[in-house]
Amino acid sequence: MGRTLAEKVWDDHVVRRAEGEPDLLFIDLHLLHEVTSPQAFDGLRQAGRTVRRLDLTIATEDHNTPTLDIDKPIADPVSRAQLETLRKNCAEFGVRLHPLGDVEQGVVHVVGPQLGLTQPGTTVVCGDSHTSTHGAFGALAFGIGTSQVEHVLATQTLPMARPKTMAITVDGELPDGVTAKDLILAIIAKIGTGGGQGYVIEYRGPAIEKLSMEARMTICNMSIEAGARAGMIAPDETTFAYLKDRAHAPRGEDWDAAVAYWRTLRTDDDAVFDAEVYIDAASLSPFVTWGTNPGQGLPLSAAVPDPASYEDASERLAAEKALEYMGLSAGQPLREIRVDTVFVGSCTNGRIEDLRSAAAVLQGRKVADGVRMLVVPGSVRVALQAVEEGLDKVFTAAGAEWRHAGCSMCLGMNPDQLAPGERSASTSNRNFEGRQGKGGRTHLVSPQVAAATAVTGRLASPADLTDTPATAGV
Amino acid sequence: MEAFTTHTGRAVPLRRSNVDTDQIIPAHWLKKVTRDGFEDGLFEAWRKDPEFVLNRPERQGATVLVAGPDFGTGSSREHAVWALQNYGFKAVVSSRFADIFRGNSLKNGLLTVVLEQRTVDALWELTEADPTAEITVDLHDRQVRAQGVTADFELDENARWRLLNGLDDISITLRNEADIAAYEARRPAHKPSTAQV
Repeated sequence: MGRTLAEKVWDDHVVRRAEGEPDLLFIDLHLLHEVTSPQAFDGLRQAGRTVRRLDLTIATEDHNTPTLDIDKPIADPVSRAQLETLRKNCAEFGVRLHPLGDVEQGVVHVVGPQLGLTQPGTTVVCGDSHTSTHGAFGALAFGIGTSQVEHVLATQTLPMARPKTMAITVDGELPDGVTAKDLILAIIAKIGTGGGQGYVIEYRGPAIEKLSMEARMTICNMSIEAGARAGMIAPDETTFAYLKDRAHAPRGEDWDAAVAYWRTLRTDDDAVFDAEVYIDAASLSPFVTWGTNPGQGLPLSAAVPDPASYEDASERLAAEKALEYMGLSAGQPLREIRVDTVFVGSCTNGRIEDLRSAAAVLQGRKVADGVRMLVVPGSVRVALQAVEEGLDKVFTAAGAEWRHAGCSMCLGMNPDQLAPGERSASTSNRNFEGRQGKGGRTHLVSPQVAAATAVTGRLASPADLTDTPATAGV
Repeated sequence: MEAFTTHTGRAVPLRRSNVDTDQIIPAHWLKKVTRDGFEDGLFEAWRKDPEFVLNRPERQGATVLVAGPDFGTGSSREHAVWALQNYGFKAVVSSRFADIFRGNSLKNGLLTVVLEQRTVDALWELTEADPTAEITVDLHDRQVRAQGVTADFELDENARWRLLNGLDDISITLRNEADIAAYEARRPAHKPSTAQV
């Protein structure tokens, strides 16, 4: 019987297989950041262990880093101590680190792909649930806890139970104005936050094949929000073109050998998935969340649902609690929801294509009075590219704040946070209670919807903008 | 890791689904670089409400958390497990756990037990009606017992063996060092390296 993409990559990494035991998997790339690594390094130190494969390990600073005044000492002493701990650990153990201020610094899931380290058919782990992002290249990539970080540092392997496989086939073509973010939010709403639990998802079908690498990363990134540790997309010419000539991509004969291998990484025609889901791309429209988990989403044209309409008692209770927390009432049209903050950035939507699409909407327009808009590039490289294209000027001319790279308001570990009761339209990945700041309320949206919302001050898509943008050049 | 064999204790019934790890331990607590001292951060936002179940006097000293479906979703932060353990929880019962949280819990000796929702409902009803009611989580027999409730649960034999013996994963893996070295020797040359270019 044929094998799925996930099974092929899995099988190629089995170091040891024994009856009654989890498989021992080899890890090709281990990404580190400051939040989930300190206790792992401590564990190594206590046991007198070293990092087994420094040449497969790389660290960056992202969660705590400020997006303003990065040349000054970090104001929060606890954040500063955590970053200093990473620097000390990397120096002591010999791990390559891109700290704040370095040209390769940025959100770990933006940095790996842009360096060309994330490659098809590799296993990628990080102490971060959004490691699923790297599956866009046909890598088997998943988030791990700190105990596993220590395990990978010490052994370059992980004992793992073989996951089940799920195919999500997206037929047809995404309509104009509908993005990868809308698609993944619609998928999560359909299968639920636990729908992918125990599975590796493979996204496939004509609508997926047409997507750019940036869009594929947005999709795979939020697999975890559907409960799946990993999401994958089979590598193709789009993938190879993205990787060619990147700093760590193979060269010469190695490139040819790699591409020959990468071409084998497709699910066989006779392979069988444990579960299959079908989505018709043509039926989709801009999608936003109204609640406090990423599965609580609806088309922008819909209204806030009535909790009484849920048959399942636990879903009904969850909806009631969500409306209470979000300060919304049943029946309220989503387009009438006012926001005071707009955040464009994160490992979900902080890449160059995301900034371009937000800027295209903002070009010649202004952010509405009373709305604060933060644009936080996913990495220093993304920021430099945006500046080269003049996108920073589009944002600042519109009245948005152009910031330095990092995780920023996605989770508010740095000073970029919502105040209690504030409401955001955010291109990030989680709308949990308090995620962007204590008492803050989050609506997850695409970069286009974020930009249009910034202009109107209410949840909106670019199609809702009836004004004529000013044609001033930048 | 601390071994887990059998535990009996009072319960905290938490009637919520999708309890994400941001609720279990908010992000600002993640700046700590130790594995302890997270108890005050556990469910920090919800504990501001004096009526929240964890704040009730009759729930003090309880050690078994009985939660709704999809417990531990979201971030991979192992701090969520440490916070539950630092607070005093020994076991969590739910009809479904998020994968990463589940893996983290079992690596730290916090037993996460999957039971059918109707059994979870029965445990909620029992412990809400009688806060002194005790729940026994028996890993040896893979069974949960309480007044009027006897339910078997599944846990793969390997994970059970590691928990019962409190075994450290890294030392188990390093017994197979020769296999790792052999795999490394046959890896293709085109695989990525983080060495500076």
